[in-house]
Amino acid sequence: MSILRSLARLTFALHLVLLSSLAGAQVSEQQAARLLQGLAGASQAEKSIIVRELAGSGDERARNWLEAFSANKLSRIKTTGQIVIVTSNRGRNWAIADALTGESLGEMSRRELEAVQVNNTLRGEVDDLLSVIDLTVANPQVRLTAARALMGTVNAPLAERLNGLLADEDNPAVREALESALAIYRLGQGDGAAVAVLAGSLNPQARAALAGAARGDDPQIAAAATRALASIEQKLTLNRAAETLYFGLSLGSVLVLAAIGLAITFGVMGVINMAHGELMMLGAYTTWGMQQLLPGQPGLALILSIPAGFLVAAMAGIVIERSVIQHLKGRPLETLLATFGVSLILQQLVRTLISPLNRSVVTPDWMSGSIMINEALSLTLNRLYVIGFALVVFAGLMLIMRKTRLGLEVRAVTQNRAMARSMGIRATRVDILTFGLGSGVAGLAGVALSQITNVGPNLGQSYIIDSFMVVVFGGVGNLWGTLLAGLSLGTINQMLEPWAGAVLAKIIVLVFIILFIQKRPRGLFPQKGRAAEG
Amino acid sequence: MPVSSQWLKRPLLERSTQLFLGVLFAAMALVTLLHVALPQGSALHVSAYTVTLLGKYLCYALLAVAVDLVWGYLGILSLGHGAFFALGGYAMGMYLMRQIGDRGVYGNPELPDFMVFLNWQELPWYWQGFDMAWFAFLMVLLAPGLLALVFGFLAFRSRVTGVYLSIITQALTFALMLAFFRNEMGFGGNNGLTDFKDILGFSLRSDATRLGLFIATGIALAIGYVICRGIVTSKLGRVSIACRDAEARTRFLGYRVDRVQLFVFVVSAMLAGVAGALYVPQVGIINPGEFSPLFSIEIVVWVALGGRATLYGAVIGALLVNYAKTVFTGVMPDAWLFALGGLFVLVTVFLPKGIAGLLQRRSAPPVSSPSQEAAA
Repeated sequence: MSILRSLARLTFALHLVLLSSLAGAQVSEQQAARLLQGLAGASQAEKSIIVRELAGSGDERARNWLEAFSANKLSRIKTTGQIVIVTSNRGRNWAIADALTGESLGEMSRRELEAVQVNNTLRGEVDDLLSVIDLTVANPQVRLTAARALMGTVNAPLAERLNGLLADEDNPAVREALESALAIYRLGQGDGAAVAVLAGSLNPQARAALAGAARGDDPQIAAAATRALASIEQKLTLNRAAETLYFGLSLGSVLVLAAIGLAITFGVMGVINMAHGELMMLGAYTTWGMQQLLPGQPGLALILSIPAGFLVAAMAGIVIERSVIQHLKGRPLETLLATFGVSLILQQLVRTLISPLNRSVVTPDWMSGSIMINEALSLTLNRLYVIGFALVVFAGLMLIMRKTRLGLEVRAVTQNRAMARSMGIRATRVDILTFGLGSGVAGLAGVALSQITNVGPNLGQSYIIDSFMVVVFGGVGNLWGTLLAGLSLGTINQMLEPWAGAVLAKIIVLVFIILFIQKRPRGLFPQKGRAAEG
Repeated sequence: MPVSSQWLKRPLLERSTQLFLGVLFAAMALVTLLHVALPQGSALHVSAYTVTLLGKYLCYALLAVAVDLVWGYLGILSLGHGAFFALGGYAMGMYLMRQIGDRGVYGNPELPDFMVFLNWQELPWYWQGFDMAWFAFLMVLLAPGLLALVFGFLAFRSRVTGVYLSIITQALTFALMLAFFRNEMGFGGNNGLTDFKDILGFSLRSDATRLGLFIATGIALAIGYVICRGIVTSKLGRVSIACRDAEARTRFLGYRVDRVQLFVFVVSAMLAGVAGALYVPQVGIINPGEFSPLFSIEIVVWVALGGRATLYGAVIGALLVNYAKTVFTGVMPDAWLFALGGLFVLVTVFLPKGIAGLLQRRSAPPVSSPSQEAAA
């Protein structure tokens, strides 16, 4: 009797399978319901078939169902027979949701629910199915991630299934990942040919498999694996160098951004502005303010805060110039002290008016994420944007200083103030504009910084010493020197970091600059001619 | 430059120095009297807390005198004198740490608590000898002195002066701050050195020791003042003022500008170290915060407020600003940075000669006032 009954159920299940395979990838609601119902009432053998059927259906909800089934959360309501997923099983009443629609059905006493039975054999099968379920979806990016996740986890039955999937796969990247995953398995089985497939792979699992093979019994495979490992190691070193360079350049471009405004006020005008860091802070807070004004549109706010940050910082700079600096002309040490006082006031102002805590600035979608060059190297987008932004700002400043009337007048006033004035240049106006320009660039640096560090009252303080170092290292009054000094200091810092640690690397760089200044007191590119005498 | 005892005698014969020493000793005697003679409840009684606070101010005053020596008389704006102060403080702190012995939390007779905590097995070599007072006190002078010697030798030989020097002194103290924050350095990292028990056998908690430290600080300030006064009135001092006002000309006249600068800079660093060493037992802690560039630049504003190139102005400035700081941070902590920032601006713009300048204008016109362009 019982044999007959299970036979009947088996035919029922097979029938379902047949129906749904005819219907194609997407199971209809009705079939899905019947499959799930079947799962609830079926024997172990039938469940195994139905589970495979669900996984192969290509339905987006299949993963959800299978996961719930495996976790013992797929249940049937005793009274109605409806299949539900238990979303919370704490306490007496469980929260449930309809398995088909995902719609929440509120809470129900656990006595009214009957769990769909599952055992460890079935769980194993479901886990295998789940590992390949993402390989059948339409989105190639999902398939690629799934294929990469399979590396090193392939076993005999899975390998069979993967071979089948590989035949249908048309995306080259996914193919490659699948081939690597299979090769790792084959290498484990002692297949020497698999070494060739893995030779160029940067995947850590592939490397582990090769390392295992290199220690293996077969001398031929071991030799081939050792060679492959060596070439991978070389590739990795190159990639690591590229990554360090990238981080170095991005840190360097932050330094350039921070220092370039200073290079104008300090280098060109000879004014020591210790409040420069706080002008950067104002730029960063402008970005934050913009995002508060335009909630939900972080991208637009960020773009708008580029001109806004420039203006805010430039206005603040001009106020500082008019109220303090102009009274201290020719007294650089006093200027230093006075502007330091201004920086303290600005910091405390932000602490009092806004908050002593850091504010969070949202990074727009198009700036977050990263570009993956290969498995060992990926470039974060926000840093890439900062590098680009720094170069654009630098180019813009170069243009202003070299090609515009203002630039010409600035250079004239710098070289010989009295002579420039007698030629009809309004030196005071040039001072204001130059200082405004340098301050505005500090504001731009702040906008960029808001995307990569915390925006807080101490933001400027942490960059001011570094910025001065960059200007002094590059040679005062030389924008190219500032660019080169910033980029090289950033790169040196990043290169030292792996073996010295972040703090020690910074100390080494500072000591290096202190020693460098002894050797070349006027920086990498000293000013020549009359301007140098000042 | 012949060195004789003459240069120390000369300032003692000056009326201004006598006046300064008189006021200083009278004030110290008054504080001591009010502390010892009057009962606790009396309105005029000076508590042990106040005595220690005044002792702290006197340390700052000595530090300010050291900065005034290089800034006022040599034209070198050091934004890193906090580093010398802190090094002296750390030397003293190491001695006090070793005096704790096995009375620490972990009871290790050999290692300070923080080393036990970090699982260090033995005392690092640079901690050797600090259990002996004479060695530690020698290091109070030598550690900042050596740093100043090496740093100054490199800087002055390459003729790094003016703003450049200011910025690299700031970088120096910043680098040291980062270094001392590291646990691996063996100076207690973030927390620094603290939990001191006694000095030279006297408990640091007793009122008598506190009073003793206050008096010792006052005497150190007096000696430091006389030494500085002696230097600036000597021939060496004349040359250093010449370096300040026209460095190139002094060099062309045949003076070794770099040596003069180096000598004065090292003396100043040692004075700062002594100030730090006296500061630590009174405050009870030394941590890397003393290396912060903000502290170093604060010292400069004390001197600027008091008046550069007067020495006594530095003392007045240090006392005034620190008293104001104590009051402000107690009453409305938020306003302190506004006040300090405003002070920076107001003093440099409206009061370039500081309070001493106001006093001098009242009396006779100064014989040798630093020119406005001195610093340029």
